[in-house]
Amino acid sequence: MGYKTLITIADITNTEEKMAIEQILKNYHNENGNIISILQDIQDHYNFLPSYVLNLISRELKIPLSKIYSVATFYTQFSFNEKGKHIITVCDGTACHVKGGPLLRDYISTQLGIHPGETTEDKLFSLEEVSCLGCCAIAPVMIIDDKIHGSLTVRKVNKILNTVKKSEAAEEGSQ
Amino acid sequence: MTIKRRKLLICRSTGCNSLDAAAVHDELVKQLKERKLVDVEIKKTGCRGFCEAGPSILVQPDDVLYVHIKPKDVTEIVEKHLMNNEVVPHLVYMDPQTEGFVPKMDEIQFFHKQKKITLEHCGLIDPENIDEYIDLGGYEQFEKCVKESKNYEVIYDIKSSRLRGRGGAGFPTGLKWELCAKEVGDVKYVVCNGDEGDPGAFMDRTLLESDPHSVIEGMCIGAYAIGATQGFIYLRAEYKLAIRRFDIAIKQARMKGFLGKNIFGTGFNFDIQLKKGAGAFVCGEETALMASIEGKRGNPRPRPPFPAQSGLWGKPTNINNVKTWATIPHIFSMGAKEYSNIGTDDASGTVILALTGKINNSGLVEIPMGTTIRDVVFDIGGGIPNGKKFKAIQIGGPSGGCIPANYLDTLMDYKTLTELGAIMGSGGVIVLDEDTCMVDLAHYFITFTQRESCGKCAPCRVGTLKMLDILTKFKKGKAVMEDIDRLKHLAEIVKKTSLCGLGQTAPNPVLTTIRYFRHEYEAHVNGKCSALVCKDLIQYEVIPTKCIGCGLCAKNCPVNAITGEPKQAHLINPQECIRCGLCIVQCPSQAIRKINATQQGGM
Ligand SMILES: Cc1cc2nc3c(=O)[nH]c(=O)nc-3n(C[C@H](O)[C@H](O)[C@H](O)COP(=O)(O)O)c2cc1C
Ligand code: FES
Repeated sequence: MGYKTLITIADITNTEEKMAIEQILKNYHNENGNIISILQDIQDHYNFLPSYVLNLISRELKIPLSKIYSVATFYTQFSFNEKGKHIITVCDGTACHVKGGPLLRDYISTQLGIHPGETTEDKLFSLEEVSCLGCCAIAPVMIIDDKIHGSLTVRKVNKILNTVKKSEAAEEGSQ
Repeated sequence: MTIKRRKLLICRSTGCNSLDAAAVHDELVKQLKERKLVDVEIKKTGCRGFCEAGPSILVQPDDVLYVHIKPKDVTEIVEKHLMNNEVVPHLVYMDPQTEGFVPKMDEIQFFHKQKKITLEHCGLIDPENIDEYIDLGGYEQFEKCVKESKNYEVIYDIKSSRLRGRGGAGFPTGLKWELCAKEVGDVKYVVCNGDEGDPGAFMDRTLLESDPHSVIEGMCIGAYAIGATQGFIYLRAEYKLAIRRFDIAIKQARMKGFLGKNIFGTGFNFDIQLKKGAGAFVCGEETALMASIEGKRGNPRPRPPFPAQSGLWGKPTNINNVKTWATIPHIFSMGAKEYSNIGTDDASGTVILALTGKINNSGLVEIPMGTTIRDVVFDIGGGIPNGKKFKAIQIGGPSGGCIPANYLDTLMDYKTLTELGAIMGSGGVIVLDEDTCMVDLAHYFITFTQRESCGKCAPCRVGTLKMLDILTKFKKGKAVMEDIDRLKHLAEIVKKTSLCGLGQTAPNPVLTTIRYFRHEYEAHVNGKCSALVCKDLIQYEVIPTKCIGCGLCAKNCPVNAITGEPKQAHLINPQECIRCGLCIVQCPSQAIRKINATQQGGM
């Protein structure tokens, strides 16, 4: 959807999308103080923050758009670009760092041809880096599609990546 | 023969879940059903702290702990232990020193020197079932406080327990409550700080996943003492399981009437709302945290005014860490005096540490204040893996520091650690061995704080960046000797002049590494990284006598820097090599090693 400034909920033609946004705003009683929670749910829905939705929220909640951006840009959780289908989050917390986390990150980086923060051209993978996932006892750690993998080695990472790639290829084939 | 009623406690916390505890759990359920062992109960619990040994199953009342369990091991446990009362030796913990099997959980060295107070219930109860918490006396202390004590009596008890905050600075909790209780205000708030932004820390996550009700009960008691009617818990968004379990716990507590209106019929009202953090380290700092709860950018502000005077929406607010709150009910059940008798003059009670890094038994441990570093690393932690040499511990995360091997017999409490240049912080302990480069570690932490600096004050925003520049020079072998003191000077300025705790403590990792490992900085000036970590100062080489010429390294090298004929020793071109280390992992005959680069500057 192109950039359009004057957009309201009524302008959203996809009913599913419309209902989702209405529900999110309702859950938080249209309250300004809940803006972070609202943005989190929006991001959960789209997996990023589309600019036209931020526009719409600004109008619905009567918060200046600049204020929404000032909040959204502060927190690393929020993304303004569409992410890939599979999100790989590699930990670079201290425990993971001393146990070879950077090596794994570089490996995945070369395998997928993207740097942390980027998405592959086919929109299949996004690579992200965080400081500590709170699983330091099983460092080094990464998360793919919300599943945590611990005590990683290059070999294990390779296996996991291949499994995901294979299931993608199979899906492609069956279509 | 009648078998005594057994319970199988399986840990379903994040650590064990990632090691596929779910599959083990399913298999157990299936087998018990197939064999009609209706007398055995399977219980899903939180974490016992011994994450290294996961997935683990504790058999009660025998107190036998099975470790590293895979689905295929389940049959043996069921057939031998449950049906024949025989312990399966090869599935219990093996002491690496004696190589003997240790079936009883209490006798495993990891647990032996610990003293569990705050973590008492963790791993023994189902965190998603409030009744199990109540059966162990849960919410009784809250009821007693509300019904039998005046609020100042509650505060007096906390003061005499000498409890200090477990979130970082170690501020006396009783005093903090008193200050907030004294403030007049129509509305007051209590806040639980569950942001746990320190990399290498997972104490708060584990507590929230394993025993959420102790945190809620602590907050209830605190709210009563202070006169607060609304509570907030600020939880990291990454902690999905903790968020889910805490949410369940709040709902259950409301259903039982421990939260809500007119609690215990006394007219006391209190409820808790959960707020998810959005990924900013600085939001662990209390003033930034409050801004974030209010839905703003998480910018810190100068104190005073302290939260007790002007907190959330300008109202008196009391903020404590997850562990501090969770300890409160235990202090009342064991008695404040009793609690204050544990520990040192400086700090009473126990401290929870997350033990990770180059250590055999990584996991969560609770020890009396004043335990030595040696006991933690070598007795509880079981020493360093692969026969490597202990180098230092890093404690307190990005605000903390490194303490080297010659201080192993130091007693751990707030005062001594601060004197050594580190801090207790929230209790993340990362053990470092000879393969850790201290310059790289300092660089790592400053990269972190530099990225997380909110940018509001110049010393932190610019100072950390300049420190990072100098550290990068060291890592590249481009620094000169004067840079060491330049770095130290800058670090001291940032420490003294930053606005909030982030900038004031960010230089600690740099200052302690210079203090204790100055020789490593000097070595980097001379182009040497003795731990062979800094990429620009090392190169990879093939040991010709060991190489079998299989070609695996060459095949896997991402930049084709390795050449060689089949069955002949291979060669790595240092100009092409990007030092990714993949070849070392691939080599079946350990024929590739890292060495200091021959020319200064490396690549
Ligand atoms: C940069 C920074 C990060 C902090 N992060 C945390 C944190 O993640 N968790 C926490 O409990 N306290 C954190 N603190 C300390 C809090 O500001 C506050 O002192 C603490 O929550 C008070 O709780 P306590 O008295 O129970 O220790 C942080 C402080 C600073 C300066
Ligand atoms: S350091 Fe990686 S999970 Fe904590």
